[in-house]
Amino acid sequence: MRQRDLLWGLASVCFAALLVFLWHLISAYRLVAPVFLPPPLAAFNALANGFEDGRLASATAETLERIFLGWLLASVLGIMVGAWIGISAFARNYVMPTLELLRPLPASAAIPVAITFFGLSDAMVLASVGFGAVWPMLLATAYGVAAVDVRLVEVSRMLRLGRFSYLRIIALPNALPDILSGMRVGLVVALIITIVGEMLTSRTGLGQWIMLAARSFRSADLFAGIVILGLIGLASALMLSQIERWLLRWRLQA
Amino acid sequence: MNWRGAILPVSVIAAAQFAATTYGIQSDALASPVEILASLLQALADGSMIRATLETLGAALGGLLVGGSAGILAGIVLGLSGVLNRLMTVSIELVRPVPSVAIIPLFMLVFGLGFRLEIAVVAFGVVWTVLVLTRAAVAGIEPRLLEVARVLGMSRAQAIWKIVLPSALPRIFVALRLAATVSLIVAVTVEVAVNPLGLGYGMQIAQQALRPEWMFAYLVWLIIVGWSFNYLLVRIEGIVLRRMNFTGPRR
Repeated sequence: MRQRDLLWGLASVCFAALLVFLWHLISAYRLVAPVFLPPPLAAFNALANGFEDGRLASATAETLERIFLGWLLASVLGIMVGAWIGISAFARNYVMPTLELLRPLPASAAIPVAITFFGLSDAMVLASVGFGAVWPMLLATAYGVAAVDVRLVEVSRMLRLGRFSYLRIIALPNALPDILSGMRVGLVVALIITIVGEMLTSRTGLGQWIMLAARSFRSADLFAGIVILGLIGLASALMLSQIERWLLRWRLQA
Repeated sequence: MNWRGAILPVSVIAAAQFAATTYGIQSDALASPVEILASLLQALADGSMIRATLETLGAALGGLLVGGSAGILAGIVLGLSGVLNRLMTVSIELVRPVPSVAIIPLFMLVFGLGFRLEIAVVAFGVVWTVLVLTRAAVAGIEPRLLEVARVLGMSRAQAIWKIVLPSALPRIFVALRLAATVSLIVAVTVEVAVNPLGLGYGMQIAQQALRPEWMFAYLVWLIIVGWSFNYLLVRIEGIVLRRMNFTGPRR
């Protein structure tokens, strides 16, 4: 069975290669103008050149840094506020409705507001990413913390756990699966808002890279940038699911 | 929402208004709540806000239509054909994580600015979710139902129309609702980023013109629009799913 899965995987990779070859044929016979669709080799060369002279590498590094910082900010904020809302009836009654009101706001709508306060700067990107990515984590944490098994709550009362020990020992571990899935969604949002922020602020980064490439009709560079952004999306999703599996390994034993 | 939930926003707004009237702010970044409300009412009265809203919603729904139908179609084909599905897996998983906004510059080259750009980006943003969920819905159909179709000598098209679609429809609909939420977000994002249309662009212009009262008016309106859009979607979903349960198999 494993062997068959492996074979199918191999066939699937071959199929993807076939599609790339088809892409090559399309651009070789100029069925689509190369301004829109560069040959795959040209895109690959642009990728290699960009990393060789370091411009694409530094853009990638800057983008990764912004995504990570914004996501971290949103995670810390979201988990803290979410935990507060999860354990405090006061917060649930008085604060949560306001947050519920703000939640349907598309995250990118925070960008113009952030520009008025921070200008076209890194702080602006950070603030927008933080605002946009905070919601999935906040709501997931609040939900997970509030949904602790009644018996566990009773146990913590028997043990006379204080609020913080209760959070640390019982509520947050209980909410971990929710928090992790919230962080996964938050990472996607962080990636998207970072790209838009870079397009608008023209700070060095992949968002600026693809925008400039498109404006000057350098489609090979544009495709190189898109490929890296896709890889960032893919790699971050894979990494998070690995972390999730490692952090939640205690659940499998139960 | 109960009255206790209203205390925080009401007091923040009241404090902002109090500060604005007593100290008289002259700011490029802030505006008093009364000014914001006045701008909002004015924009609603002169029709500019409504037009922008229709542009944004039109582009979002247009993209949902294109991306959703492509996703459903591809999802049904892949869900029914095991071979094709396994062959496509790697290709799909490689393209799917590309963030929708990364496609904006490419589609800008192809379509220029305007509705077609926004619809295309929204379609790209929703098509993968719909495809994956539809594929799962179709692949999860009770195999005996398909055997029944074969025994009854149905053609492929008949089987899809009479067996596959009805039993996968509730889950496809849930996928579409998810996609609809995403479509509005992507539409506004495209407008904020590049496209001179709709509410997102309105916000950007107000910000660039240093008119914070307009910008916040757009923000408040976007909250209202986003909230009603989601409320409507949840209601529609509830009604449709209930209807389907009357005719479809009970679980």
